[in-house]
Amino acid sequence: MPSLKDLKNRIASVKSTRKITKAMQMVAAAKLRRAQDAAEASRPYTERFNTVMSGLASGAAGSASAPRLLSGTGSDQTHLLVVMTAERGLCGGFNGNIAKLARTHAKQLIAAGKTVKILTVGKKGRDVIKREFAEQMVGHVDLTAVKRVSYANAQDIARDVLTRFDAGDFDIATLFFARFENVVTQHPTALQVIPAKFEQADDADVALYDYEPSEDAILADLLPRGVATQIFAALLENAASEQGARMSAMDNATRNAGDMIDKLTIEFNRSRQAKITNELIEIISGAEAL
Amino acid sequence: MANVQFDLVSPERLLASVGASEVQIPGADGDMTAMEGHAPTITTLRPGVLRVVHSGGTDEYVVSGGFAEITATGVSVLAEQALPRGEMTQEVFDTMIADAKAALKSAEEVFKNEPGPVDDAAKLISDMVAMGGHIGLSSS
Repeated sequence: MPSLKDLKNRIASVKSTRKITKAMQMVAAAKLRRAQDAAEASRPYTERFNTVMSGLASGAAGSASAPRLLSGTGSDQTHLLVVMTAERGLCGGFNGNIAKLARTHAKQLIAAGKTVKILTVGKKGRDVIKREFAEQMVGHVDLTAVKRVSYANAQDIARDVLTRFDAGDFDIATLFFARFENVVTQHPTALQVIPAKFEQADDADVALYDYEPSEDAILADLLPRGVATQIFAALLENAASEQGARMSAMDNATRNAGDMIDKLTIEFNRSRQAKITNELIEIISGAEAL
Repeated sequence: MANVQFDLVSPERLLASVGASEVQIPGADGDMTAMEGHAPTITTLRPGVLRVVHSGGTDEYVVSGGFAEITATGVSVLAEQALPRGEMTQEVFDTMIADAKAALKSAEEVFKNEPGPVDDAAKLISDMVAMGGHIGLSSS
């Protein structure tokens, strides 16, 4: 039975924990709004980009001269997995879920006899992946110092990925990130970026465009941009998901701390009462003995 | 005056969405002006100044690259990086030039025997310098 003093200390410590988790929840809520705004702001670009690209891609996909970023290298032996996670923990299952999806994927590919290479973005994912796939890791992008992801960050990652692709390091690249649905749900998602996949536009939607310079030149110019755009979109989704996951994790923690304080307070009151009763009994029995 | 719907978007935000009477675009193969009824065209952009004429006056934006989709009723410019001309300071310009030079350097390292990407990167720099000269910024 813990003493009254111990209980009191315990209550005080849980209370300060609750204060911290509450504060973290509120910070996450504020950051979530900003992250959501950023994701929203990037949507017009991504949408229009994809419309133009799908029009171009459906025209070029059939031809033999289609760029390798679109048609692939003709092999699917080497896979590059780009695993994007958060730089910080304390956000519930967010990092774990993405890493889990990537791990299952990697295991399947390895079981099928493929070569797997892993590029991690975000410290937390790297730590998890390194435990199991240290040999497959080919690189890590550190975004610790980045407060708000900008397009330049995405471009850097894209440049890294494309350099590897040009050097023939891999055939297929897949992004792993969490798609933001709402504050409580984030879906870990795998998205193939190389070779690029675009939803086929209906023929009716595709106007006949003049291309300047040539159609091929534009396609060759746009495909690398497409990779950067998709990485940027994934980074933004991830940022929103991270804050959402942290917010709900911290909300839970705050609630748990509250429950714990209630329980401890009851225990504290009981022991205090027991002590008083004890003292009373001692006094009464002492008086009776006289 | 007849109108075309002009949208300027960068990956990070929607910069402008107005009804314009004409849009002057720094296309990769030369400048062009899009007005209502323009033939549907997709063109890539070189670093330059984008000019939008609308009922409230003329807006100017500096774009670093990207592409534009022109239809009979609208112009959508998807710029890699875009700024209203007023925000284009010497400082920003220097960063852009520095970025372009870094890109040239990495291109030279990666594509030793293929001149294509290196030439592209070098052209990007000269385009940027030309643009700087055009709007009164010097390159160091």
